[in-house]
Amino acid sequence: MATMTDRPTSSTAYRPSTAKRVQFWLADHFVMMSAIAVLLYLFLPVAYTFAFSFNDHGKTNIVWQGFTWKHWKDPCRVAGACESLVTSLQVGAISTLVATVLGTLMALAMVRYRFRGKAASNVLIFVPMATPEIVMGAALLTIFVQGFTNIGISLGFGTIVFAHIMFCLSFVVVTVKARIQSLDPRIEEAAQDLYAGPMETFWKVTFPLILPGILGAAMLAFSLSFDDFIITNFVSGNESTFPKFVYVASRRGIPAEANVIGFSMFVIAVLLVVGAQVVSNVRASRLKE
Amino acid sequence: MSALAHAAVDPAASTPPPDETTKRSWTAYLLLLPGALWLGVFFVLPLVQLATVSLQSRYPGFPGYYYRDVNVDNYVSALTDYAPHFLRSFVYAGLATFLAFVVAYPLAYAMAFKAGKWRNLMMICVVAPFFTSFILRTFAWSQILADEGWVVKTLDFLHLLPGGHIINTPIAVVAGLTYNFLPFMVLPIYASLERADPRVIEAGGDLYANGLTTFRTVTLPMSMPGVLAGTLLTFIPAAGDFVNMELLGPQRGKMVGNVINDQFLAIPGGYPVAAALSFTLMAAILVMVFLYVRRFGTEELV
Repeated sequence: MATMTDRPTSSTAYRPSTAKRVQFWLADHFVMMSAIAVLLYLFLPVAYTFAFSFNDHGKTNIVWQGFTWKHWKDPCRVAGACESLVTSLQVGAISTLVATVLGTLMALAMVRYRFRGKAASNVLIFVPMATPEIVMGAALLTIFVQGFTNIGISLGFGTIVFAHIMFCLSFVVVTVKARIQSLDPRIEEAAQDLYAGPMETFWKVTFPLILPGILGAAMLAFSLSFDDFIITNFVSGNESTFPKFVYVASRRGIPAEANVIGFSMFVIAVLLVVGAQVVSNVRASRLKE
Repeated sequence: MSALAHAAVDPAASTPPPDETTKRSWTAYLLLLPGALWLGVFFVLPLVQLATVSLQSRYPGFPGYYYRDVNVDNYVSALTDYAPHFLRSFVYAGLATFLAFVVAYPLAYAMAFKAGKWRNLMMICVVAPFFTSFILRTFAWSQILADEGWVVKTLDFLHLLPGGHIINTPIAVVAGLTYNFLPFMVLPIYASLERADPRVIEAGGDLYANGLTTFRTVTLPMSMPGVLAGTLLTFIPAAGDFVNMELLGPQRGKMVGNVINDQFLAIPGGYPVAAALSFTLMAAILVMVFLYVRRFGTEELV
């Protein structure tokens, strides 16, 4: 937030005429009001998901039929709902961990070193992000089914994790890279001047400074993995993740229990994000004192 | 959230020129190796496999069995039989990208210049809906746009909806695509506006440019790197998507993503043509990205 405070506001710079001020007020508030309208638009489907988790629906959950608590009392009642959620959480945790470690190492190499093949590495990191998911899913399916079966790999939990690590990796590299680039390398040089070895410098100086970037990357990786459907659909075989469960169910009508689980994940994620924000604000204000 | 925001947004303000700070060492290769290997095995190799599959032929009478071949017919079929699907994919994705830009810009602008202390909260609000499953939210649109829903009833009442339906039409598909990829448009535009100095924009007003001229000649060019990244991050997934078409769209007149998905997962013996379709889609997108970046280019995308 520091960037905001050191910018002078327009009112202190000059005094515009009344007509101009009315015009500015309208312009200001028009932008802000349309922004709020866009935010409401973003939340509209979430509100529907929440509302329809209380729908006492019959076969399909499309039209409102009456209020009930029953889906919230036992969301695991529907076969496969909670099992697929557990699978998604496990896949998300493993992929996030591996992708974050590998991606952070790559980001360090890309920012801090000069080496032959850097341009090629950049392309290797960028192209997965510019490839439509359906192409990646199709490519993985062909190699898992036609290529890797010879070495005993079959579609299931393992192949989902392999794929998720792959598509999370580039996003981790880009996020962590931005953080390292914003860091002043002279801080590390200072540590070395004070006789810290390379390992000590990394763990005591560099790592704590890039940690926010790494955590942000991990969060991004988890949300990408947790919500992925298109690639998962290709490589999952008989295994089901939560998005796949919802998609398969959608042909018959998504049960309200899925809304309960989806909305609960939303609440948990928002609480975690707000919590992290509060903690970092408290830390920042302590550092200032 | 600030972690994510900073990682994605922080300008590399205080970095000295790279030559002073980067080192030459074998350590770089050690750091790079595990990740590069992973991308090699699970991204590059699969694409090579996909390329060979796209040239395979099937054994007549044995669905699901193929032999190695250089069968260009798969590509001919991809480009002729499925040309309308490609066209629909690119038109719908293009429309969705344009609409997302129109909707995203005011939000990104307000976050960068008007939000003040609410900025982080707004940031959370942009990302938060995405913690509810993508499929659930798309399905929610099928409820919102349903014939019995208030949107259709209101439009009908105002005589603005001649057909009487939105759901199961291309309009619903474009609406779904616009909604689903909106944050990918908002965040990069916000990131580049946030780096811009608001005093430069005020200077435009001081020099008697009206709002529109200031926007066109000052604000928009300053946010161009973000607009570029945002349009790509919206267009690419939208062009390959099949979920919005499946949940919101009509029964006939599918997009290329639906064809690829069905050919691989539902139709026995569909692999070679589906692989050719995937490759054509990827090639088309890479060419478009290349031309687009060259036209509106910035030096670095990553």
